Amino acid sequence: MPKLSDSMEEATILHWLKASGESFAKGEPLLEVETDKATVVYEAETDGVLTSVLVPEGGTAELGEAIATFDATGSAAAPALAAAPTAQANGTGGIDFRTAIRDALDEALAADERVVFFGEDVAVAGGVFAATPGLYEKYGPTRVFDTPISELALAGAAFGSAVTGLRPVVEVMFGDFLGLVMDSVVNQMSKYWFLTQGEVSVPVVIRSVVGGGGRFGAIHSQMPVAWFTGVPGIKIVAPSTPRDAKALLRASIEDDNPVLFFEHKRLYTLSGEVDDEALPLGEAAVVRPGGDVTIVSAMRGVHESLAAADMLTASGIDAEVVDLRTIRPLDAATILTSLEKTNRLVVVEEGPLTGGWAGEVLALATEQGLGDLDDAWRIATPDTPIPYSPPLEDAHLPGAERIASEIAARLGSR
Amino acid sequence: MTATSRVEFAPLGDVDLYVDLYRRMRLIRGFEDLVQSLFLRGEIYGTTHLYSGQEAVAVGFASVLGEQDRVAATYRGHGHALALGVDPQKLLDEMLGRATGINGGLAGSMNVTSPQDRLIGCFGIVGGSIAAATGAGLALRATGGVAVAYFGDGAMNQGYFFECLNFCQVQKLPVVLVCENNGYGEYTAFEAVTAGPIRARAEVMEVPAETIDGMSVWTVRDAAARAAGHARSGNGPYFVEAITYRFVGHSRSDPGKYRPDGELDRWRERDPLVLLRARLEQEGVEGERLEDLEASVEDQLAEYEERGIAAPFPEPQAFSEFKG
Repeated sequence: MPKLSDSMEEATILHWLKASGESFAKGEPLLEVETDKATVVYEAETDGVLTSVLVPEGGTAELGEAIATFDATGSAAAPALAAAPTAQANGTGGIDFRTAIRDALDEALAADERVVFFGEDVAVAGGVFAATPGLYEKYGPTRVFDTPISELALAGAAFGSAVTGLRPVVEVMFGDFLGLVMDSVVNQMSKYWFLTQGEVSVPVVIRSVVGGGGRFGAIHSQMPVAWFTGVPGIKIVAPSTPRDAKALLRASIEDDNPVLFFEHKRLYTLSGEVDDEALPLGEAAVVRPGGDVTIVSAMRGVHESLAAADMLTASGIDAEVVDLRTIRPLDAATILTSLEKTNRLVVVEEGPLTGGWAGEVLALATEQGLGDLDDAWRIATPDTPIPYSPPLEDAHLPGAERIASEIAARLGSR
Repeated sequence: MTATSRVEFAPLGDVDLYVDLYRRMRLIRGFEDLVQSLFLRGEIYGTTHLYSGQEAVAVGFASVLGEQDRVAATYRGHGHALALGVDPQKLLDEMLGRATGINGGLAGSMNVTSPQDRLIGCFGIVGGSIAAATGAGLALRATGGVAVAYFGDGAMNQGYFFECLNFCQVQKLPVVLVCENNGYGEYTAFEAVTAGPIRARAEVMEVPAETIDGMSVWTVRDAAARAAGHARSGNGPYFVEAITYRFVGHSRSDPGKYRPDGELDRWRERDPLVLLRARLEQEGVEGERLEDLEASVEDQLAEYEERGIAAPFPEPQAFSEFKG
């Protein structure tokens, strides 16, 4: 047991954040312990592998007593694009997130000849995130093709072809590049159905890879959701699991409205079961029931929130986690129903605090659920660009520990 | 008679067709005059960008397009719309903000759409029409249809132009790009902000390109036939720079003071309506037939005005955000 406060003599292990056999990188949280002063998340001092746990959760250890054995590996144990912790732990069955994306595209291309798919490096190379291999070979160059590095042209072509009878799916490689397609999305796609008085809709899906944690720096790690939440006429879909990714991408392609479909880069290796059940856009899901506090999040944030909810059980706090799945339009009913039960709302948004969609969820809660509300706040990223260096980026992103500790501090032990 | 009318031309061929094109051009000019007058009387709101002087371009190109073709136009788009056959009453009612407008009063002058008339829309963002036509070309590739993009010389310096022209060429899309070079991007002379000849920008991508007299409708029609034929045959895009001139300011708030003295007068001598009328008379069309035609267009416009002013405004209502 490491010395975590000046006066501590022993501490209780609340939660192991790594299981036996799991590797960890320097700086990654290993366990949560309760000392005489506080609840502390202990982070690894080097890269390594947890070989065995000697003191289980709930157990107490004296200062200096061995609580586990480790093997130091000396090399980065976790890949930069590591999967989310919750689903990774038993990711034996099912398919990974990127395969779910590919399968959804494959099925959509097979089901409807009007569906075409294009973007930079998506066809012959199969996508820089390897999300779309084999589609070009299967459907040929008129339906699946590579474009120049010309976001204005490819988004404009998506709009023009959608209002002339096709149902295009385009990939904008990194969400950060969506700044280049703003005109097509904001000025053309989102308004055409309105301007034609409902005569012609714009069935476009723009897939884009978003989010931090990949060590890509300030301009390849952003979460561009809030850039678009103020644009009526655009749907924003943000799945967190392979099952949802597949079903929601199918639903997005079948939807007659323009859809921004966001794929978090730290979910691509996440494995999970998929099925053929259809999911409608605009429906959130309660992915963990609980009675004390509602955590609303999306994409990677859902997994951080689930991990936080697990940690909070040690403090006697029973958190409900709501996965929004679609950020525009918001599923107000699911949020308000949960709030009615828990009376406390935490919105976890990977994205800058100011102007984010988390504020919209809080506005919804105060406007329509004020009577149910005992506490509400946002956990988001600071209002700064995203730093590159791993410890800086990790500290920037709203991780499970921060979520758990903020909730524990604000609710107190139950 | 202008100096131009003394030049000898090959016969027009189908004179009746050109009489009809003259009628359309006359309608556009009269329509724009009416819009200007209604604007000054406070009946049309916001802003307008008039097509007066450029009629030969839209009418010449529209004369070679078929049912399967599509057009993306600019915010100077009343002429593009009327050339395609958009109902002038509905177009005027749209300007007037009436419920009977082509878009129910939702669009106004700059954002008119009329898919049933093959008009994808008028694009209020400079260069947006090029992107829309590129996408339409993608959808039309398998059908034999052609997509036409109209844009001004100002759009030549937009990313949309370069990106889409390259995209069209590598994908061999059936897109005809028509640059209406009227000499000014808004208030600024195009030479002041444009490096090198416009046409060369297409030629460097090995896109066939030509610069034509955009004031002479028969010249435009011939070039349009070449361009559409090239695109329709699966050869990829075609670029036409039509040299033209707007007889009015950029928008309703622009008196056009940046024009050098005498420039407008010199261009007015090459008014596309004057040129075509002279040509038709040369070909033996009786002046009386043309005068009757002009009078009938005037009468029509007076009726459009009367009906438009009498039409109801839309009731405020809640609109759906999404198609359900």
